[in-house]
Amino acid sequence: MSEMHTIVCMKVVPMPEEVRVNQETMTLDRANARSIFNPPDMNALEMALQLKQAHGGSISVLSMGPPFFERYLRLALCMGADRAFLLSDRAFGGADTLGTSRTLAAAIEKIGRYELVLCGEESSDGATAQVPPGIAEWLGTPQVTYAIELEVDYWNRRLRARREIKGGHELLLAPLPAVVSVKTGVNEPRFLDWTLRPWAEGQDLVTVWSAEDLGVDLEEVGVKGSATIVGGVGQSASRERRREFITGAPEDEARQILERIGQYLSER
Amino acid sequence: MTSSLYGPADARGVWVFLEQEEGKLESVSLELLGKGRELADALDCPLTGLLVGYALGDSPARAVACGADEVLVVEHPDLQVYTTEPFTSVVHHLALERKPDVLLLGATPNGRDLAGRLAVRLRTGLTADCTGLTIDPERRLLSGEVVGFGGGIVATILCPEHRPQMATVRPGIFAQPEPDLKRKGEIRALPASLDAADFRVHVLERSVSEEPDLTRAGIVVAVGRGARGDLELAQRLAGLLDAEIGGTRVAADLGWIPRARQIGQTGVVTQPKLVICCGISGAIHFTVGIDKAECVVAINTDPEAPIFEHADYCVTDDMFAVLACLAEQIAGARAVTG
Ligand SMILES: Cc1cc2nc3c(=O)[nH]c(=O)nc-3n(C[C@H](O)[C@H](O)[C@H](O)COP(=O)(O)OP(=O)(O)OC[C@H]3O[C@@H](n4cnc5c(N)ncnc54)[C@H](O)[C@@H]3O)c2cc1C
Ligand SMILES: Nc1ncnc2c1ncn2[C@@H]1O[C@H](COP(=O)(O)O)[C@@H](O)[C@H]1O
Repeated sequence: MSEMHTIVCMKVVPMPEEVRVNQETMTLDRANARSIFNPPDMNALEMALQLKQAHGGSISVLSMGPPFFERYLRLALCMGADRAFLLSDRAFGGADTLGTSRTLAAAIEKIGRYELVLCGEESSDGATAQVPPGIAEWLGTPQVTYAIELEVDYWNRRLRARREIKGGHELLLAPLPAVVSVKTGVNEPRFLDWTLRPWAEGQDLVTVWSAEDLGVDLEEVGVKGSATIVGGVGQSASRERRREFITGAPEDEARQILERIGQYLSER
Repeated sequence: MTSSLYGPADARGVWVFLEQEEGKLESVSLELLGKGRELADALDCPLTGLLVGYALGDSPARAVACGADEVLVVEHPDLQVYTTEPFTSVVHHLALERKPDVLLLGATPNGRDLAGRLAVRLRTGLTADCTGLTIDPERRLLSGEVVGFGGGIVATILCPEHRPQMATVRPGIFAQPEPDLKRKGEIRALPASLDAADFRVHVLERSVSEEPDLTRAGIVVAVGRGARGDLELAQRLAGLLDAEIGGTRVAADLGWIPRARQIGQTGVVTQPKLVICCGISGAIHFTVGIDKAECVVAINTDPEAPIFEHADYCVTDDMFAVLACLAEQIAGARAVTG
């Protein structure tokens, strides 16, 4: 009973530069894109690993997505997580933040006791930053978003977190358990420890759960459990620019730039 | 299906959640009042501003001057600083009681913190971090434009059956309305019925400073890794042009510029008349923040740098040499004419 348990929510996303819009179907073509861990989630995992170094305890990684995510979850094990849970079911597909947070929260409850749920700040493939507060609401726990520092007082069951706010930051005191989203870039995620590789292939380290395993109402997950729909997608039209190259010695270049931008410079 | 707590047939009105700091409305809240006014007119319904806090100063009156027909004010000492749960409860109750059709919030840290929780409590849809909003008056549907995948993809998101239709909107996208002090509107003070159980997170300390607001800058001098930490010439030029300094995430990460001056997907979206990009490679994460500039000048030693695809005037040269000449020539011209 007496060891800290952190659950880190991690998503696998296509590499942004490899996603294309299929102009005929107006849908995203991500089948040909290679995948990576959502970079902000690596910051969340690193934060969990640092807390584990300080307090002991264990880390579970939780992800909702197709079966191929399993490969990635084993990489998280090589970074130092202790076990992983993959929520994989056709019924979970096409979820927006409402359906996603519902599913993740159901899994967290099934995993059982936890002190902390750590999430990344946002996922790069669409929905942004709304899943962590959503999970907190379904679980009924406090939430801290955009955390830049985290200090856990395990015995008094509370945490101190510094979070970013507009124009500054604030220091919060919150009871555990809590859901925390970690500000992107607050730490340097560590490299994989390849010596863990053989261990990380262990069968029992990754648990795969279906909708039935979770016991969720199928109306509350996936497309059915979602409130938003995508009206259309497009490649963002970068604005057409003149792209006129200016050459010469620096002083000539400066003169030519000034001739061209003169209209934008206010008189002083 | 997970149903929202009320449906389209019962929903009416456009609401804007107003954020304020020490009685002063945030600029994104003013921008939303301007846009909200447009949406409310298209839907032929009232625009309501929602103010939760304490010591709100002239914010309610200012919201009316900026377009609100009605301002709901919930004022209580315990609401002076934002915390998630009490604010969620207050807005949740008001929404259930009055059933707005549309609820807009600024995509600030607190606006997004609140919106994410509130949307689940209301069992409704939320379009996060919109860069555009349009309305279909016939179907009374809001569509939010969002960018994904580092800015490369734009999608429009709708919330057809759940109400309210919620969206958070990026600061700096919409124009601030000119306040009209003669505008009439109703300011309604409502009782705060607070639940002690909501006050379990405590703010121990808080530090905010007036941030530079790059979204409103007319001219920006932006620096990247190529500046190698030496901003003296960039600052000199910015001073001469009455411009703001901005930069890439690299420049902010390395501490050369404060975070509030970071431009791009995870920074601010600027829309200046002119931006001069110095020593910036031009990653899409950065260029989404300058796409709205009227004119882009780029100075980079690497002729292949992607930034040149996003620039009107491209200079393949050392940024320090060019900046020095620019500053010298501008100062020289002023000395002659001034
Ligand atoms: C999820 C995510 C979000 C991100 N969000 C943002 C964001 O909001 N904003 C942002 O900026 N980045 C963001 N990034 C990072 C982005 O991808 C780039 O890494 C970053 O913009 C590069 O910064 P830079 O151009 O300063 O540095 P570099 O890419 O290192 O470019 C430096 C450039 O300087 C040139 N140079 C060097 N010396 C000189 C000289 N003497 N004179 C002239 N030119 C010189 C070089 O040729 C080079 O092109 C994000 C990344 C991710 C993954
Ligand atoms: N499918 C998912 N599986 C696991 N975690 C997720 C998933 N979707 C979102 N998250 C978590 O929620 C954070 C914010 O995501 P989002 O709200 O989609 O921007 C991510 O950084 C993850 O930590």
